[in-house]
Amino acid sequence: MAADHHEGNPQVTVIPPDKEKIRKLWKVAGILAIITAIEFAVAFLVPHEFSNTRVWLFIGMTIVKAAYIVGEFMHLRHEAKVLIWSILIPVIFIVWLLIALVYEGMAISDLRFSL
Amino acid sequence: MASTPTSVQAPGRSVWDGGVSPMGVSYGKLMMWLFLLSDAFTFSALLITYGLVRSSHLAYDGAIDEFVFSQAYWPVPEKVFEAIPFFDIHAPLVFVGLMTFILIMSSVTMVLAVEAGHRMDKKAVEKWMLWTIIGGITFLACQAWEWTHFIHGVHTLDPNDFEGANLSQNQYGPPDFAGFFFFITGFHGFHVFSGVMLNFLIYYRTVTGLYERRGHYEMVEKVGLYWHFVDLVWVFVFTFFYLV
Repeated sequence: MAADHHEGNPQVTVIPPDKEKIRKLWKVAGILAIITAIEFAVAFLVPHEFSNTRVWLFIGMTIVKAAYIVGEFMHLRHEAKVLIWSILIPVIFIVWLLIALVYEGMAISDLRFSL
Repeated sequence: MASTPTSVQAPGRSVWDGGVSPMGVSYGKLMMWLFLLSDAFTFSALLITYGLVRSSHLAYDGAIDEFVFSQAYWPVPEKVFEAIPFFDIHAPLVFVGLMTFILIMSSVTMVLAVEAGHRMDKKAVEKWMLWTIIGGITFLACQAWEWTHFIHGVHTLDPNDFEGANLSQNQYGPPDFAGFFFFITGFHGFHVFSGVMLNFLIYYRTVTGLYERRGHYEMVEKVGLYWHFVDLVWVFVFTFFYLV
């Protein structure tokens, strides 16, 4: 960030926009919009009988969207490796909690309804 | 532009020996990242608990066209969220789809504000911050309508039926369904509200020239991180509350 700018200098030089960079940002926005549109298509075109397929498609597309938002918009992909891993590794706890509690929920459901 | 790791170090010294930032970001940005990680845990806990409670209820397994609201099973979300303002038609998930689009667009305008800040372009930062604020307020307005509709409910033929929703009962399904709706979308909505307040503060300070005098627009980046996170959470809420 403007490391070349001198403290207290009243003359601010505005750098002209880098068209290529801005085009890339809009491209990411386009990808996010398209994935959302595909999610809609899956919601209405894939019948509810294939509920496992639907869920996995939704989860897959959500992870792709999340990766674009965190990687490009939040700029994490371009940060130092140690920062990237410091943020990504703790997410393991979320994955663990997700798996543990959904299994727990299915077990509760079995106890309540199928015995 | 982004800080590349500043590892200009004397031979034999580690980046962790002091004098440089090993993570290549300022203190404020690093702390924002750690806060967002903790916030991600909070939101995950809410969404995963939703998964636990939902999977401990029966799922509706009949034909989707014959679906009716019942306390006996968890409702199919697209049958609950199918109203849009001004038109009395069934448009499943269209309104939340619109809300998703609005939030993604406001994320784009935010990233453009950050980009303008890197170039010290005060006018462009003002323009894109203003668009981001407008996007945030539009999203909140949509959510207010969504909540109003959810609380008032849809009219049923039987006068003995409970209509709408509160924290102890609702017409759509088991009581927990409305509880989670209020908690998850409410907690997210409060984040959006806080984000709009922060965005406005940053906009105001840009207009008054504080960041120009300071020589950098890093505050736009920090609040930008928060704003993108709010968008990120909505992506997950959209999937796990509305689509699945």
